Amino acid sequence: MHPAASVIFFTTASGAGYGLLFLLGIAGAAGLVPASLAFGLVGFTLAFGLITAGLLASTFHLGRPERAWRALSQWRSSWLSREGVAALVTYAPAGLFALGWVVFGEARGIWGVFGLLGSLGAVATVVCTGMIYASLPTIRQWRQPLTIPVYLTIGLYTGALWMALLSAAFGGAASAFLWLAVLAGLSAAGVKALYWRTIDTEAPVTTSGTATGLGSLGRVRLLDAPTTSQNYVMREMGYRVARKHAMKLRAIAAVIGVAVPVLLLLIAAAVGGGAAVVPVFLAALSGSAGAVVERWLFFAEATHVVTTYYGAEAA
Amino acid sequence: MTMLPATAGTKKLGLVIDLDICVGCHACAVNCKEWNSGGHSAPMTDWNAYSGTESTDGDDDGAWGVWFNRVHTYEVGDGAEGRTVHFPRSCLHCETPACVTVCPTGASYKREEDGIVLVNEDLCIGCKLCSWACAYGAREYDHEDGVMKKCTLCIDRIYNENLEEVDRVPACVSTCPASARHFGDLGDPDSAVSVLVAERGGYDLMPEMGFKPTNKYLPPRPGKTACGSTGAPSRLEQLVAEAADAVPQGKAVPATTGGKMLAWVDAVLSR
Amino acid sequence: MIPNPFETVREVIDPSPPVSDAVKYTTCYMCACRCGIKVHLKDGRIRYIEGNRNHPVNKGVLCAKGSAGIMTHYSPARLTKPLRRVGPRGSGEFEEIEWEEALATAAGWLGEIRGRDPRKLAFFTGRDQSQSLTGWWASQFGTPNHAAHGGFCSVNMAAAGLYTIGGSFWEFGEPDWDHTRYFMMFGVAEDHDSNPIKMGLGKIKGRGAKFVSVNPVRTGYSAIADEWVGIRPGTDGLLVLAIVHELLKARRVDLDYLVRYTNAHWLVIQDPGAADDGLFARDEAGNPLCFDKNTGALTSALLADVAPALVGEHTLPDGRVAVPSFQLLHDRYVADEYAPDAVAERCGVPADTIRRLAAEIAHAAFEQEVMIEQPWTDWAGRKHDRMIGRPVAMHAMRGISAHSNGFHTCRALHLLQVLIGSIDAPGGFRYKPPFPRPVPPPVKPAGKAGQVQPNTPLAGPPLGFPMGPEDLLLDEDGTPRRIDKAYSWEAPIAAHGMMHMVIRNAWAGDPYPVDLLFMYMANMGWNSSMNTAGTMAMLTDKDPATGEYKIPKIIYADAYASETIAFADLVLPDTTYLERWDCISLLDRPICDADGAADSIRQPIVPPDRDVRPFQDVLIDLGVRIGLPGLTHPDGKPKYPGGYPDYLANHERSPGIGPLAGWRGVDGSKGGKGEPNPDQLARYVDNQCFWRHEFKPEERYFKHANKAYLETAVSLGLIGKADPIILQLYSEPLQKFRLAAQGHGAVVPPEEHRPRVERYFDPLPFWYPPFEGDAVAEEGYPMHAITQRPAAMYHSWGSMNAWLRQIHGLNKLYMSRERAESLGIADDDWVAVTSHHGRIKAQAKLMEGVNPDTVWTWNAIGKRRGAWNLSAEAPEANKGFLLNHLIAELLPERGGGYRYSNSDPVTGQAAWYDLRIRIEKVAADAAGTVAEPTFEPVSPPPNPPRAEAMLRFGAPTGREAAE
Ligand SMILES: Nc1nc2c(c(=O)[nH]1)N[C@H]1C(S)=C(S)[C@@H](COP(=O)(O)OP(=O)(O)OC[C@H]3O[C@@H](n4cnc5c(=O)[nH]c(N)nc54)[C@H](O)[C@@H]3O)O[C@H]1N2
Ligand SMILES: Nc1nc2c(c(=O)[nH]1)N[C@H]1C(S)=C(S)[C@@H](COP(=O)(O)OP(=O)(O)OC[C@H]3O[C@@H](n4cnc5c(=O)[nH]c(N)nc54)[C@H](O)[C@@H]3O)O[C@H]1N2
Ligand code: SF4
Ligand code: SF4
Ligand code: SF4
Ligand code: SF4
Ligand code: SF4
Ligand SMILES: [Mo]
Repeated sequence: MHPAASVIFFTTASGAGYGLLFLLGIAGAAGLVPASLAFGLVGFTLAFGLITAGLLASTFHLGRPERAWRALSQWRSSWLSREGVAALVTYAPAGLFALGWVVFGEARGIWGVFGLLGSLGAVATVVCTGMIYASLPTIRQWRQPLTIPVYLTIGLYTGALWMALLSAAFGGAASAFLWLAVLAGLSAAGVKALYWRTIDTEAPVTTSGTATGLGSLGRVRLLDAPTTSQNYVMREMGYRVARKHAMKLRAIAAVIGVAVPVLLLLIAAAVGGGAAVVPVFLAALSGSAGAVVERWLFFAEATHVVTTYYGAEAA
Repeated sequence: MTMLPATAGTKKLGLVIDLDICVGCHACAVNCKEWNSGGHSAPMTDWNAYSGTESTDGDDDGAWGVWFNRVHTYEVGDGAEGRTVHFPRSCLHCETPACVTVCPTGASYKREEDGIVLVNEDLCIGCKLCSWACAYGAREYDHEDGVMKKCTLCIDRIYNENLEEVDRVPACVSTCPASARHFGDLGDPDSAVSVLVAERGGYDLMPEMGFKPTNKYLPPRPGKTACGSTGAPSRLEQLVAEAADAVPQGKAVPATTGGKMLAWVDAVLSR
Repeated sequence: MIPNPFETVREVIDPSPPVSDAVKYTTCYMCACRCGIKVHLKDGRIRYIEGNRNHPVNKGVLCAKGSAGIMTHYSPARLTKPLRRVGPRGSGEFEEIEWEEALATAAGWLGEIRGRDPRKLAFFTGRDQSQSLTGWWASQFGTPNHAAHGGFCSVNMAAAGLYTIGGSFWEFGEPDWDHTRYFMMFGVAEDHDSNPIKMGLGKIKGRGAKFVSVNPVRTGYSAIADEWVGIRPGTDGLLVLAIVHELLKARRVDLDYLVRYTNAHWLVIQDPGAADDGLFARDEAGNPLCFDKNTGALTSALLADVAPALVGEHTLPDGRVAVPSFQLLHDRYVADEYAPDAVAERCGVPADTIRRLAAEIAHAAFEQEVMIEQPWTDWAGRKHDRMIGRPVAMHAMRGISAHSNGFHTCRALHLLQVLIGSIDAPGGFRYKPPFPRPVPPPVKPAGKAGQVQPNTPLAGPPLGFPMGPEDLLLDEDGTPRRIDKAYSWEAPIAAHGMMHMVIRNAWAGDPYPVDLLFMYMANMGWNSSMNTAGTMAMLTDKDPATGEYKIPKIIYADAYASETIAFADLVLPDTTYLERWDCISLLDRPICDADGAADSIRQPIVPPDRDVRPFQDVLIDLGVRIGLPGLTHPDGKPKYPGGYPDYLANHERSPGIGPLAGWRGVDGSKGGKGEPNPDQLARYVDNQCFWRHEFKPEERYFKHANKAYLETAVSLGLIGKADPIILQLYSEPLQKFRLAAQGHGAVVPPEEHRPRVERYFDPLPFWYPPFEGDAVAEEGYPMHAITQRPAAMYHSWGSMNAWLRQIHGLNKLYMSRERAESLGIADDDWVAVTSHHGRIKAQAKLMEGVNPDTVWTWNAIGKRRGAWNLSAEAPEANKGFLLNHLIAELLPERGGGYRYSNSDPVTGQAAWYDLRIRIEKVAADAAGTVAEPTFEPVSPPPNPPRAEAMLRFGAPTGREAAE
């Protein structure tokens, strides 16, 4: 699949945003962090900023962004529609929660309930995002039981990185968040590693034989494509990353996405106090960059069954 | 609407494509493009039409554009034993297609009355998700209009009272020189297309997707290269043997006169 | 109203939108098939073109090219105004001029030449569909130097057929799609019967008849064949004659058919060394003789009530011996050299397969006879209760003809069909009118010494059918009289001329220089020439002594900015096919089918929006300006002041016969022959632009001997006399040339040509290796290279078409996977392809269904940079390539230093597919590698219409307009 920048940015940014929102909600409601103005301002700006920027970016991907509102209508069947609805719905409790925190300096009680509802919304939205992909039967690498866990753990992980940074900067259970981030990072890595192993070893779902129905007559090879130039489907669905390149990128994602951040987090844990801000910040940046690489690969490594009409033997 | 029709209609309009006689001439593809250039989904935008003006999305210098029907050519099997199969591909108007259910806006929908899958271009936001969901590459994105387009099964022809009745078939069907394309109601087991499918073992593409395509493909018939496949004796050998005594072996011109040579030719023939 | 984002909006569709506000009928010209089309117009623009359901050719279907007509019509490559060259030739630098100036200039050049020496005009046309006008114009002008594309196209097919059965493949005959049980197709990718063949194949496959395709490549039609025979190029003659061998050995020939309809029983004089050796023995009246078993005497072979012998030595009154031609035939083909085992390796077809094919043919022909319960009467007045057919049909085209042995191979194919008795029998090959015609048609080429005079029309048409050496166009000393050397000893039966030699000969001044090369609709500066680079050099070459171009003046009439435009001194821009009157005439290459005679017209659908004129009008205008007698009254006034439409309705070629056969006679009541009808074109327009006369059921088969048909054909003006047409297995005209080569007769070839003429003018078909392969070393050039026509592209005419160029925007060199892998070549590798003449670079594509010794590519996809108003980056110009660069117009030198043209020795047919090559992978190429050779881009003509980057055709008539 063609890795479109807007979609990669959308899913990673909003994933981190929702991860952060999720943690803010729980932490706020549980009083794990101070409901200070600074924490709240920066935290919610960051969370809403990431979410909103992501959602906006995703509309760049649309041919008719001005009609984006229409995407709400089909929540009965469409995960994309559900995602939109969930995202919008989440804004309400999360917004109230932010209001309580920032304006009234209170994140618990009734405000905390809003916070937890916001967290729930965040999880729901990320699940919807994941389901957009996981529900497509046409792309084996997406239609995986692990797709949702991948989205969730990475969202949680990147959110936790920022949360760790916030609490390092503005107080709270900083080391808990550090360790949470480490844990989330490692589980994201584990889930993703499992995901990669699955997609690498699993049999393709479709072959040029079943695509054309000619497989029983022998090996099916494309002699001539319908046009000598590329078309939309070939460009959008036909993107293929070279295996060697993909392996390199997986390693990069693992190193900058998890290994480096975890190392930095450990350093931060060791250093402690205000000085931890620097390594945690670097860890957050590195982890986010890793998530972008991971997401790029999520697209680039995905093979669409339609490619079997255009020369691929299987997908 | 995005939900599939709750009560699937009994009418399932679609195409049956005969791979045994498709010569891969692209007539259906071009005539489709031509009809639809002025039809329901017009225009069928083309980019870089004369090259040198590569549009943002182009990654080669060729022209490219929106087509609802495309003809591939495959080789099946190896060497001389194999065969070449031309393979036209357009929307299959599936019964349970994901292209419809994934659509967030309701732009992509399946008609209850005849099963045709359409895009309402006034609703479409161009999210392209339906094109990801389609297994058959049948959805064509028009960058300029920012909306998805696709085969309409010529909805603006098949019911069109401004056309003579015989012409109320899809453009690709009426133009196909080899008559490799058939149109009809696959929901009616007695329709001509259903009978054809039953007789010829018409099949679904990628059944594993579970989309239940309405369109069917008729397989190429087996080749007739075996001895006796036309009912002919495997060799003329017996005949040659019977004739052998009458034919001079390897003699040069004009040594065949007289004797019983050419006796068979020497029959009395009347003009 | 506030929209509810959660509402599911349903689309309201109008299932009955108006399709158009006007419909007009005309004839497609996206290729030479000439299908009827129905053009829908909306707001004065073309909205949709579909096949005309009532039309005899296509019956409603339309191919890819036809469907893309809109894009051809609105192409930005259209020329817009007459042009005069201002830069050097070949640069493409022009200035626009007015028509008056263009016509005055052309008329000045033409008039001067006509007054001095009409031969100094070489007027050649390419994919011309108005040859009855252009040929007549040339002959009015007085030059023999005229031909259309037939010589480089498929004259082998035409000539072999016309000299054997009085009809031919090409689009002049058709398989009996409704009755055949066994259909063999040799070397056909498209042919001119583009849609009818596809329709027919669909039909026979549906009926379960067997379809065999003999073709080195398994694409297109061959893909759906029940059996594909991947023959080695140039060896079909062997395959066919091996089948004949098997049939003869098994006694599976239709002897009754032979004595009734052919010259099998005609006696051939056996007197080696004599001037009439090998000619038919004739009686005093000139009738060929046969031996009548009833009377035991020699008698006229033409009589109906004889029992002719097909074997035996018979003594002629003068004591010499003669044998029936069948005996010669039989003895030749039963010889071991034509045994399947002897030919199998050379053909690349297993002997068992050949034997099986023969068995299947025999089985279909003799054990699956078709019977049509339709009484008919033969030429002699004998009544037959039914029509009995041998349901084996064959069709062949350029895969056979574009070889230097194509004439004989094609004759062999006809011979095979005649032997099994399937010619024009139910289930077999069927003639399309005006065929059958006498074998060969009684028209001789004009252009002999006395026949060319200043300011005088030629004594006849420039093209015809020689019956012997006396009909050649030679000077006293044997020098060819035509610029292309047609009808010379190089190509005595060059019945369609030799367009591929015109530029070379004119440049070399061999046999003489010309002053003006006038071309129409022929892209000779690129894909229709052999040795393209050399041809471009010849067109621009100057005589160092005078500084003048070797070809002093060139006029070219094209509708588009083709490669050849750049070489013209004067460009006459034509309209598109939807902007003019045209005529598909029975005098030319009509649209008949086996069941009816038909012709058709094109009418202007939309007026031109540029300063262009229909070429036919221009030609008539020029003719008037230079005072051609057929076009002017004695006072100089034009005979057809209304231009081409006026000519179409009112011109008579001979009394009662004009360009159009329908609605003749003052009141339009006559068909075929009759007085001109001033309303004729209107009647055509009313009848959807075609006319058809359907034959009665009893006229439809055995046309060569069918009394009712022959009489109808005479009444329609198709043939002169209702005499039976006798199929000529043994060809006497060929033997006459052979005798001349042996020194007999008044016109004999110069010594150096004699062995060649003697060898190739064999009265019976035979096989010999194609010349090029024979002349180059097998190890150096082990592979064959051929081209095919893609169904969705017409020669060069499709690259200006925004839709078609998406389908074929570049071409690759296809080759066998196995062979490629052994050479280390993978898909998309760049390879060097070398022939004895040149080297090109192209991208490889591996495939299964190709003869392993053969590479091939699609024809005419490669373009010169800058041509066709495409950008210089166009893939056609950078990845696409032209095989023509490898094909020499002359054969490699042989003993004596003379280089014959790369043509069939009998007909002069260009031997495109004799090409031999070797192929190597070129060292790793950088990205951006382009196909070679490359040429300087030509500049587009001044003020070409803007080529839009994005096309939104139909937008104004579609949804947007409705909103
Ligand atoms: N390698 C190789 N070369 C081949 C062949 C092959 O098989 N292989 N085939 C050969 C054969 S059989 C043929 S017939 C020739 C064909 O060769 P050509 O007869 O040269 O055919 P085209 O390339 O179509 O070029 C015809 C010209 O007609 C122009 N034209 C198109 N429409 C109109 C119109 O309406 N009016 C006018 N005035 N001009 C128009 C086009 O712009 C083009 O310049 O090619 C030959 N060349
Ligand atoms: N779509 C389309 N239609 C056209 C044209 C076009 O350009 N495009 N051009 C028109 C013109 S001008 C012409 S002349 C006709 C020509 O019509 P065709 O004769 O069908 O033209 P080619 O493409 O030259 O086809 C030659 C076929 O012969 C095969 N072949 C080559 N060598 C041999 C051989 O030695 N033996 C055998 N058995 N096969 C061989 C090739 O693989 C190819 O399939 O088509 C006309 N129709
Ligand atoms: S028009 Fe008919 S024969 Fe031609 S490609 Fe389409 S389906 Fe095949
Ligand atoms: S072919 Fe594709 S677009 Fe058409 S209905 Fe099926 S899934 Fe949808
Ligand atoms: S591109 Fe349009 S039709 Fe397709 S899913 Fe998105 S909104 Fe629906
Ligand atoms: S049914 Fe109509 S829209 Fe669909 S492929 Fe055929 S011509 Fe095109
Ligand atoms: S075969 Fe195609 S291009 Fe040729 S005349 Fe017919 S429709 Fe036109
Ligand atoms: Mo041709």
